[in-house]
Amino acid sequence: MSNSAVQTESHESHGPELLHHFVSAEQQRNTVSLAMWLFLATEVMFFGGMFCAYLIYRTWYYAEFAAGSRSLNIWLGTVNTVVLIGSSLTVALGVRAAQMGKRKLLVVLLLLTLVLGLTFLGVKAIEWHDKYVEHHIPGASFSVADLVREYPQLHIDQRHAQIFFSLYFAMTGMHALHMVIGVGLFLYLTYHAWKGTYGPKYYTPIELGGLYWHFVDIIWIYLFPLLYLIDRKPLK
Amino acid sequence: MSEHVMSSKMYYGIWITLMVLTVVTAAVSFIDLGPFNTIVALSIATFKAILVVLFFMHVKYASEKLTKLVIASALFFLVLLLSLSMIDYLTRYLA
Repeated sequence: MSNSAVQTESHESHGPELLHHFVSAEQQRNTVSLAMWLFLATEVMFFGGMFCAYLIYRTWYYAEFAAGSRSLNIWLGTVNTVVLIGSSLTVALGVRAAQMGKRKLLVVLLLLTLVLGLTFLGVKAIEWHDKYVEHHIPGASFSVADLVREYPQLHIDQRHAQIFFSLYFAMTGMHALHMVIGVGLFLYLTYHAWKGTYGPKYYTPIELGGLYWHFVDIIWIYLFPLLYLIDRKPLK
Repeated sequence: MSEHVMSSKMYYGIWITLMVLTVVTAAVSFIDLGPFNTIVALSIATFKAILVVLFFMHVKYASEKLTKLVIASALFFLVLLLSLSMIDYLTRYLA
C-alpha cells in the first residue's frame, strides 16, 4: 500500500512514461537504445554467417553464381531497392515527426512505411514465383537446363547452381522474414501513434523500431549487389 | 541518443544520394571493368550503408560513446569471421 502511494506521488513529478528504476528520461532512452544496438550486433553476426557461406561458395563456383545472378530480374531488384530506401526515409521523417509532437504526420509516415514495406514483400513474392516457374527452387524438381542452354561458355554444374539458389532463397527469405516482423512492429507503432502515445517527451519505441527498419534496409543494400549484380557485363 | 532533432532537408539529401547510388551501381554492373565490377559494387553498398547508419540511425549527431563501441565491436567480429574464413578457403589448394 505504502509502495503504490510512493509510485503515484513520483509519477506526478515526471509523467507515466519514465520507469522507476531510471534516474531520468534521458538515462532511460540511452539504456534501451544501447540494448537495441546490442540486439542489432547479434543480427550482424546472424546475417554474417550467411554472407560468409556466400563468399566461400562464390569463390569456388563463380561461373554458376554468375549464371544464377543473371537469371534474377535486375529491374525488380532495383525497384525493390528504391522502395526499401524510400521506406527508410519515411521512417527517419517519422522519428522526426514524433520528436516534434506532430501526431497526424507521424501516423501518415508510419502508414507510408507499411505500404512501402508490403510493396517490397509483394515484389519479392513475384520474383520467387518466377523462380518457381523456372524450376530454380532447390529440391526434387530443381533444374538449370535453361541456364546451361543460355550460357554454354560458363560450363554450368547443376549441383553448384543449386548452392547459389539455396543461398539466394536463404538470404532473401531471412531478409523477408525480418521485413514481415518489421511490418508487425510498425502496425503496433501506428496504432499507438494514432492513440497519441508518442510525443517530444516519449518517442523511444518509434526510434527503436526505426533502428530495426534501417538495419533490415542495410542488409538489402548488400544483398542487392551480391545477388543481382555479380556478372551483368556482356559475355564474350 | 539525445534529443537532437535533425532538419528534414538533411534526410531528403541523404535519400536522394542513396537513390542516385542505387541507379549508379545497377548501371555500372553492365560495363566490363574486370575484377573492379565487384569492388565498385561493394564500395557503393558500403558507402550507402555508412550513410544510413550515420544519418538515418542518428549515430553521427546523437549517439552515446557506448553505442559507437557496440557498432565497432560488431564490425570487428564480422571482419574477423569473413577474413579468417577466406584466408583459410583461398589458400587451401596453393600447395
